[in-house]
Amino acid sequence: MEATPSPTGGTSVAIDSDVLVIGGGIAGLTATLAAARAGADVRLVSYKQSTLRNASGLIDILGYLPDSDGPVVDPYAAIPDLPSEHPYRIVGTDTVEEAMALFDDAAANYRGGHTDANALLPTHGGTIKPTARYPASASAGLASDERDVLLVGFEAMTDFDAPRAASHLAAADVPFEVRGVTIRFPGDLRADAKVTRYAKLLDTDGTVTVRGRDRPVREALAERVNPHLEGEGRVGFPAVLGDDAAGAVREALAERLGAAVFEVPMGPPSLPGLRLEDALFDALDAAGARFETGNPVVGFDGDGEIEQVYVEKNGAEIPYAADEYVLATGGLVGKGIESERDEVYEPIFGCHIAQPDDRYAWSEHDAFGDHEFARFGVQADAELRPTDAADDVAYENLRAAGSVLGGYDFAAEKSGSGVSIATGYAAGRDAAEVVA
Amino acid sequence: MSDTESPGPDASGDTESDPSFDPAEPNTGDSFEPVDVFPDSDDFDLRPGADSCYKCSTCDTNCPVAEVDDDFPGPKFQGPEQWRLKQTDDDYEVDDSIMDCSNCMRCDNACPSGVPLSQMHNTARGQYVDEQMSKLSVEYWRNRILANYRTSAWFASKVPRLANFAMNFGPARWAMDKAMGITDEREFPAFATETFTEWWAKQGGAAGSRERAREARERRGDPVDADKQIAYFHGCYSEYNTPEVGKALVRVYEHFGYEVVVPDQGCSGTPMFANGMVDDARRHAEVNVSSMSDLVDEGYDAIASCTSCSMALRQEYPELFDIEGIDDVATHTFESVEYLRIHEDLVDEVREAEVDDELAEEFAYHAPCHARNQGLDRQAVELFRDLDGAEIEDVGESCSGISGTYGWKSEKYEKSMAIGEEMFDHMDHAAGETGMTECPTCAMQMEHGTGYEVRHPLELLEAALVE
Repeated sequence: MEATPSPTGGTSVAIDSDVLVIGGGIAGLTATLAAARAGADVRLVSYKQSTLRNASGLIDILGYLPDSDGPVVDPYAAIPDLPSEHPYRIVGTDTVEEAMALFDDAAANYRGGHTDANALLPTHGGTIKPTARYPASASAGLASDERDVLLVGFEAMTDFDAPRAASHLAAADVPFEVRGVTIRFPGDLRADAKVTRYAKLLDTDGTVTVRGRDRPVREALAERVNPHLEGEGRVGFPAVLGDDAAGAVREALAERLGAAVFEVPMGPPSLPGLRLEDALFDALDAAGARFETGNPVVGFDGDGEIEQVYVEKNGAEIPYAADEYVLATGGLVGKGIESERDEVYEPIFGCHIAQPDDRYAWSEHDAFGDHEFARFGVQADAELRPTDAADDVAYENLRAAGSVLGGYDFAAEKSGSGVSIATGYAAGRDAAEVVA
Repeated sequence: MSDTESPGPDASGDTESDPSFDPAEPNTGDSFEPVDVFPDSDDFDLRPGADSCYKCSTCDTNCPVAEVDDDFPGPKFQGPEQWRLKQTDDDYEVDDSIMDCSNCMRCDNACPSGVPLSQMHNTARGQYVDEQMSKLSVEYWRNRILANYRTSAWFASKVPRLANFAMNFGPARWAMDKAMGITDEREFPAFATETFTEWWAKQGGAAGSRERAREARERRGDPVDADKQIAYFHGCYSEYNTPEVGKALVRVYEHFGYEVVVPDQGCSGTPMFANGMVDDARRHAEVNVSSMSDLVDEGYDAIASCTSCSMALRQEYPELFDIEGIDDVATHTFESVEYLRIHEDLVDEVREAEVDDELAEEFAYHAPCHARNQGLDRQAVELFRDLDGAEIEDVGESCSGISGTYGWKSEKYEKSMAIGEEMFDHMDHAAGETGMTECPTCAMQMEHGTGYEVRHPLELLEAALVE
């Protein structure tokens, strides 16, 4: 252990682990889990709370190929068609499959692992989305299911316009009849009640007042929906049906409606994302990993090899040392990649990011065009170690995972969570192997 | 822009005739200098923070109040949205829902964009109390008395046995509930018959500590003149109610060879921030910063055993006050177990130690919101899961609901218990029937909801490490 000058002028020993993972999104969580299950003493540090609650909760591997017309049927089969610098090509198809197996094991409430093929799910906008894994709460909503659907929106929750979503779905030629209705949520929650308020109320089957009478909310909600039901076999709600007791909420509603109940995944903040976050942190805890959030990594020591990094706590820089490091800080949105007017850079280790000198070549005029910036990120060798401009490994003991990696456009491909899981898994597994 | 910088493109006065200017083409020439719309500011300008909010609402999903009360508009409104409303309309009055914010500060840790939400809440609450709340109202005086707990506790500590009787005397509590709005559902915490500082004086104060620290260094094989000195910020609760926590801190730190000093101090200000009594908080902050900054200059670090106290010194002080030395004190303030994790090989020592049913075998641990915000919510669980003879179980991420003085207000008592319900339930299901937490008021709520006795991690550390 290395003694370093502390902010106090005395000495402090670094907080030590075998593997240190920086970043608490799905890539960092997967890397930590993979390393911990491989027996490494692993620690996760995340500047802020995990961003998973900003995610829909759907886990995509690959939805679309560049220049292809329709959605990808089998993502694994499509990987060889991706460009060679794509993260899936770097880690290889077998690793993607192993990574998904780890995910399936950690996220017990997820479905879709029975097949390699993509599932098709309705979104809250009424489109059909190809995705590889979906929460159990969404499984009765599959577009390949032929039961008719009633979508139910709540007046005060403007993010989900059920009649509009229903007509979009009908226009997409789904193989079932679909209608949408908007009702008032029993108890008249205020217009901007938080999604967690709905979830908590349903979780606890709290009391609401309907026409002067106190009623348990699950019963009252089912009663509001029942008159609209015209024999549909399934009913879809915005994804606010409980948090800790989500299964029980759906079951209670299904029983009273005489129809299957599903959630339509929503934009942020998202209950399915929150539930996934809880499941993955529980898996980390069970695997004996350490994790802490709230303070950023702001610097490091080392040349060609990382000796230690510094975590800033209210101005004090605390050394954290490890043998192996995983960089999983996210992309341009997650601030793992930063940009100024004239430069795009990786702020912690200064990893090289290939970019056109002319910033006007970073993007296209067309909003949905083939933007260069969408693929910005660090480039990596076969072991996911970031490389410099000359393609040499920048630091022997640093691996990158998730959207801090360049070479792919997750928004266009619908590959965000899959790349994060696959590269997180590979980085964690390989780091643990080195320290074993 | 400073005087020494080169003049901008306008200086020549002929920008309009600049032939290179073509609005259809991006201006990428050397002369282009983007306008600094929001310059970095040295004062407490919240504009950059408000502008960083991209409305993802992650903060709202962390708010324990909004989860049980849909009349509370949540941190996104209380913070950036209300701040903007204040700027656009001179007559804008701070919405009175700001008083329903419990100052748990969870929204800070949640924000992926670094918006200083709790700073905005504290500022708005201070303004609301200053400008909109009647200084003659019962609510104002009730809040002021609750916020200045230290003053009441100081009086009570002079006659602890009488105070313990009187404060929980039924008819008096009924009257306090009806007249003042202080709930009679809760039992007042007992006052210790000997305060921490009275005990500390009997131990010989700083001189006694130096002697014991030197003996410990010799025993440990450390250099006798090692630079290991800390200034203990005990806060009000360890002083008047749970001096055993302060004693545990002293014994654990001396075990590691630290000399402890206990400087003059007031309240950290936490209950005052939460009640919008910013001037009261400043008076105490001035005392604390003044005595701590002298010690920091001499090489001491400030150590708190209460996570709300450490939170106040390291984050709220520099966010709200401009007092000489305040940033230095903030940088040098740590929570008590955190500091040992950084500077000592605490993990290994705990791994090699064992306890033999000293306090309990199994603990139901609750991480206080303010510990969460400092990145300390996993600390006790990860440390003690390696300790032989003790089991520790995290009872989940729910807020305890009491939030200091919040749950003591009659009108907020039920909300406070509704927030705490999830924690009570998880405590019920945990194997342990002894609670553990760093925060004194969380401990109060845990005890109130379950009847469990509640310990501070320092007490278990003392049992494990100190002979």
